Amino acid sequence: MTTSRRRTEPTHPSYIERSAQFYAASGYEQRYAWASHTTAPFTPLAKPLSECTVGVVTTAYLESDGQPFVADRAAAAQLATDRLSWAKDETTTDDPNSFVPLDALDKAAADGRIGAVSTRIYGVPTVYSHRQTQTRHAPQIVEWLAEDNVDVVLAVPL
Amino acid sequence: MTTAVIGSARDIVETVAVARLLFVDYPLGNPTGKPYDAADQQLIVAEALDLVERAWSPQTTVVSSAVWDPTDDGWRQRFMEVTDANRAELAAKGAQRKAAQARRREERHSSK
Repeated sequence: MTTSRRRTEPTHPSYIERSAQFYAASGYEQRYAWASHTTAPFTPLAKPLSECTVGVVTTAYLESDGQPFVADRAAAAQLATDRLSWAKDETTTDDPNSFVPLDALDKAAADGRIGAVSTRIYGVPTVYSHRQTQTRHAPQIVEWLAEDNVDVVLAVPL
Repeated sequence: MTTAVIGSARDIVETVAVARLLFVDYPLGNPTGKPYDAADQQLIVAEALDLVERAWSPQTTVVSSAVWDPTDDGWRQRFMEVTDANRAELAAKGAQRKAAQARRREERHSSK
């Protein structure tokens, strides 16, 4: 017989709560207002995945200028993450495939699971202002994705 | 365009509300697999592609089967941890940062 353990708390960390406590302890009393929505748009696949071009959007950056970027996929090796908040005491980001999975996508393309991998990668900066992300950065990224005929977007925040 | 997020900060992404989330319960930094572990990266990408194909309604979260370290859960607690041991240090660093910000504001102001 198996026994089940009743869980009364989520097993995964609450980053909203942890970061609020961390910044409060650092003297920043006002909590950050995270982007919050009750609904989300949804686009079903328009054709078989095996015919789709897949692109990756990352929060890693090439220049820390707070601007979105598009670059040839070879630039993935130059992506920087120093200025982002991630578990620097637990792991490394030395392998770009651990946050922009081009090798794994190439394998999926070779196996026929997807049609192709986009020849470019897309970067969206993490900024304080939701408005900047929504009205300036996101539309720019969408424009680049459309130029490259990307059908499926994998958005990967660090 | 059909979209999916692959992410490790489940609460933040679900608060934003997205079409599809593959939640990878890893320390922040390696949402698409452990560094230099091709099999792990392929597993996570395969799960994300399955999600892209199978989800039929928005705000679908799937929990990845990937496990960071079956013998140590401590990373969850250590990230951005506030303890009696570092409380004074955090307050001091925060005060330094605020003072530096105020100085920069002052300089911008006086250079106008």
